Amino acid sequence: MPQPLLKVEHLKKTFPVESSGWFKKNEVKAVHDVSFDIYEGETFGIVGESGCGKSTTGRTLLRLTEPSGGKVIYQDQDIFSLKEKNFRPIREDLQMIFQDPLASLDPKKRIGYSLEEPFIIQKKGTKKERKEMVLKMLERVGFSEEHYHRFPHEFSGGQRQRIGIARALVLNPKFIVCDEPVSALDVSIQSQILNLLKELQQDFGLSYLFIGHDLSVVRYIANRIGVMYLGEMVEQAPTEELFENPLHPYTKSLLSAVPVPNPKVKRERIVLKGEVPSPLDMPKGCVFHTRCPLAMDICKEIKPPTYKVKENHRVQCHLYEHSEVSEADGA
Amino acid sequence: MDNNKHLLDIRGLKVSFWTEKGRLTAVEDATFSIKKGETIGVVGESGCGKSVTSESILQLHDEQLTDYEGQILYKDRNLLDEPERKLRKIRGNEISMIFQDPMSSLNPVFTIGNQLVESLMLHRKPSKKAAYEKAIDVLRQTGIPSPEKRIHDYPHQLSGGMRQRVMIALAISCEPELLIADEPTTALDVTTQAQILDVLNELQEKTAMGIMMITHDLAVVAETCDRVVVMYLGQVIEETTVDQLFENALHPYTIGLLKSMPSMESDRSDQLFEIEGTVPALENIPTGCRFADRCPFATNKCLQEAPVLENATVSHKVRCWNYEEIALERGNGYATTTS
Repeated sequence: MPQPLLKVEHLKKTFPVESSGWFKKNEVKAVHDVSFDIYEGETFGIVGESGCGKSTTGRTLLRLTEPSGGKVIYQDQDIFSLKEKNFRPIREDLQMIFQDPLASLDPKKRIGYSLEEPFIIQKKGTKKERKEMVLKMLERVGFSEEHYHRFPHEFSGGQRQRIGIARALVLNPKFIVCDEPVSALDVSIQSQILNLLKELQQDFGLSYLFIGHDLSVVRYIANRIGVMYLGEMVEQAPTEELFENPLHPYTKSLLSAVPVPNPKVKRERIVLKGEVPSPLDMPKGCVFHTRCPLAMDICKEIKPPTYKVKENHRVQCHLYEHSEVSEADGA
Repeated sequence: MDNNKHLLDIRGLKVSFWTEKGRLTAVEDATFSIKKGETIGVVGESGCGKSVTSESILQLHDEQLTDYEGQILYKDRNLLDEPERKLRKIRGNEISMIFQDPMSSLNPVFTIGNQLVESLMLHRKPSKKAAYEKAIDVLRQTGIPSPEKRIHDYPHQLSGGMRQRVMIALAISCEPELLIADEPTTALDVTTQAQILDVLNELQEKTAMGIMMITHDLAVVAETCDRVVVMYLGQVIEETTVDQLFENALHPYTIGLLKSMPSMESDRSDQLFEIEGTVPALENIPTGCRFADRCPFATNKCLQEAPVLENATVSHKVRCWNYEEIALERGNGYATTTS
């Protein structure tokens, strides 16, 4: 098996919250013990509903927020243990594309400058070289030289997302976290951006972590998918396997809830009862037991380990207890 | 078609706004109708005028900055000619609306009970006690657990899905004949979306109200609607039954939209279809067909002359000069959505 480019082990992120008690410290477990690998040239998708911790996972593993626990192994070192000074050169390889491209571009700076800034931060190239590289990248994502001097507000949503992509790519990274990059876009623009992301992946040999809530989009772009619920990754499998043979009851209901753009197909929906519990007050045992149609007594008490049902298919559910428990690293 | 059966009949609606950039026409020549018990989907991308159309039915735009032309016939009366006094009796009573973002459409300083009772008292004038009972009853109908407790909650105490249920409860409390749902599930997660769509479906079966479902999500249309109106840059460009639309779309824009959607069944290795370019701005609308410069089938005629909405078949209208050739080219069997 090829070595993973990035190995995420037991990632944890908690946020402190103001508590009602005097001496009690409260915290929200946004991401709780999440492990997965990302291989070279592949796209790993994370799906889940709002508040499940998918964006926090992406941000934490790039250290955009400091992690509360776990490891991320990149090039044989744990990037969480590095000092900021030593980590900075590695940031070049690890980039991010954000959901809202307008909010992530400085409105007072011309596009050219916004794209050159990564070079300035990394102290790379002369002014002339930087401009050359930026123009080349702008051209690659479908702009011409005149756009170099424009401001973000002069572009449409889809164009801004192309600029966001160009900025993530200028330093020639190896790995990009795409945090809902097409969620704010219309269908016809969405397909342009998805195609562009796929092309760039081929041309530059990139690996993506693609975070999304739209399952049909993630299915289209990802090679493997992890499903998150309430801060935990409850299932992960190759895309085809996950869609043909979902194992976790949550994945099953999530897949059945996706509307099908075909009026002739009437699918049996598994409509979940109730709501996602508050992450302030996590249920004991399995995180999903409060809404699970198949919950057993054991689910209310004991948190299920991750079972390895097939070589690439892992699920965190007591229903599969006959299967082998996956080794602790969750690889 | 029997005209009397139409609950709402919109004819040649034109809506323009006075803005800093001058007079902009957001909707031009919108024509469609809704029958009792029917769900009609209005789809299109941002800026196509779908929300403007729906808000024009109840005239929710700033009256000083908005010009309406055409007719919106409801029970044989043109709503555009009705005085404000009469419109008030219709708003929230006979025709009501669900908005996309429930947090900004509910009043944060009143309990949901207050807000439900307010609209009931305004239109139905029951006793306060009866109004509260009715409010609890409609909350229960939308699937809110223990409504007698929830009724004392403020909007911030509820989750997004629950707030949307409250919005629905507000909208249906006076048993409207027509419910306008403007992107009712766009802000929600898929599992919550499934719950909300189920609620709307059940209510419709019970009350036979007409639903106008405004959405950009064609998959939601496929699951909920009977007929679909597709809008592009302020115009209705295609109108047909939902089955016809997905099997046999005629307008190049609709065909493009259907093809560019990644679906749960499509081939993942295929490139997604792209519609070239972007939607033109309202201040510089093309003279000919509004879709011409993005259209793969465009001819010289398309660039010069604006097409009109014609009947392709009895139940299928399309605004395109070349729809016959397009239908021929796509073959008798008609290309599927995933081609």
